[in-house]
Amino acid sequence: MQLANEVKYLIHKEVLLEWRSKYTINGVLLYVVSTIFTCYLSFVSLGDKLAWNALFWIIILFASINGVSKSFLQETKGQQLYSYVLASPAAVIISKTVYNVLLMLVLTTIALGFYTLVFDSFTPPDLLLYYVAVVMGSISFSTVFTMVSAIASKAGNGGMLMAILSFPIIIPVLILLIKLAKNAVDGLPWENSYDEIGMLLVVNVLTVATSLLLFPYLWRD
Amino acid sequence: MNKTWWKILGSVLVVYTAIAGLLLGVPRLPILNESIRNLYFHVPMWFAMIVLFSISVFYSIKSLSSKSEIDDMKAVESVNAGIIFGLLGLVTGAIWAKYTWGQFWSFDPKQNFAAISVLLYFAYLILRNAIDEEQKRAKISAIYNIFAFPMMVVLLFVLPRLKDSLHPGNGGNPGFNSYDLDSRMRMVFYPACLGWILIGYWVYTIKFRLRSLQNRQQQSN
Repeated sequence: MQLANEVKYLIHKEVLLEWRSKYTINGVLLYVVSTIFTCYLSFVSLGDKLAWNALFWIIILFASINGVSKSFLQETKGQQLYSYVLASPAAVIISKTVYNVLLMLVLTTIALGFYTLVFDSFTPPDLLLYYVAVVMGSISFSTVFTMVSAIASKAGNGGMLMAILSFPIIIPVLILLIKLAKNAVDGLPWENSYDEIGMLLVVNVLTVATSLLLFPYLWRD
Repeated sequence: MNKTWWKILGSVLVVYTAIAGLLLGVPRLPILNESIRNLYFHVPMWFAMIVLFSISVFYSIKSLSSKSEIDDMKAVESVNAGIIFGLLGLVTGAIWAKYTWGQFWSFDPKQNFAAISVLLYFAYLILRNAIDEEQKRAKISAIYNIFAFPMMVVLLFVLPRLKDSLHPGNGGNPGFNSYDLDSRMRMVFYPACLGWILIGYWVYTIKFRLRSLQNRQQQSN
């Protein structure tokens, strides 16, 4: 019960901090929009829907690395020590993960809306399944990147280490997501996608379980 | 003799499989022809790699609770030895692919996933280089190692089953069990796996002893 209270309080703190500055959400939104425009200008002749699908996921991948990596890298040593004194490590990692999932859900929904608005021809026939893929994507990117950003911030060598450490881990997830999204673009029936959705759920449960087990060791200095 | 019997066994088995693998009879199959003998030299590399990486995860878990420098050294040296076998697996696979598929690297899912899982361990080694303080390095790299291991299992054992691949044993291509109707290949394949695992373990113990001697020399200076 105490854990639930701590988690609720910490999530509230994160949302409040973000609401005051609106730095991450606006920054990443601008990043997504400008990347989409750059891609449109560079690939304007590309008529293939599958290529647009791949491009969408690459944009989301980089946007979420930028968005989620802030969660630990941005905090000062003092702030980390303060929350270490106040809350249990499990509460810290759960609250960060939940907050990042919420943030990514907002961002990817806006990005998908913008993408379908700009590329009228891209709009997948099975938009609901595509949205399921986007939701699964935001959840898995957040769970993986939150833990990796915690590791990278402890190693004290921010940006580059974050990319090196997270790419090999996220590639299997990305492959599953692109496959799932491709099913939606092709308008296949839902039965064909249950394998991918199940696999993504398993990967997420694994990631969250290992993060919960390992974070207490990482937290202590 | 107590301590050396497995080294002798490993060497004898590997010499036996090198000779018997090239001379004994194999089933004649279309496309594969004599290249089927690569089974004895390619597949055992992956078995040895998996065993070495599992040893590394075991010592990483141990070093988190024991905080001993020796466990950390064992973890990193078994990764070093495992990467050698991973690279050998990639090279033997690529040479085989040149003669059966026509190209060294044809972006087959199995090739890609194997390469990504080797990248995962290169990321681990780079993470180690990024941290100077020894105890912190041991802790953070152990956490990354444990976090990455389930992802490697997903990459190597689960994802290839969801994808179509040209690799024997995948996507309707006959696997080892269906080639080997007359059990001739089993006589070489199983000893080869055991032999290479033993040799891999031997390489790891030598690397570990070398590293601990170097450490002792540095401390006495």
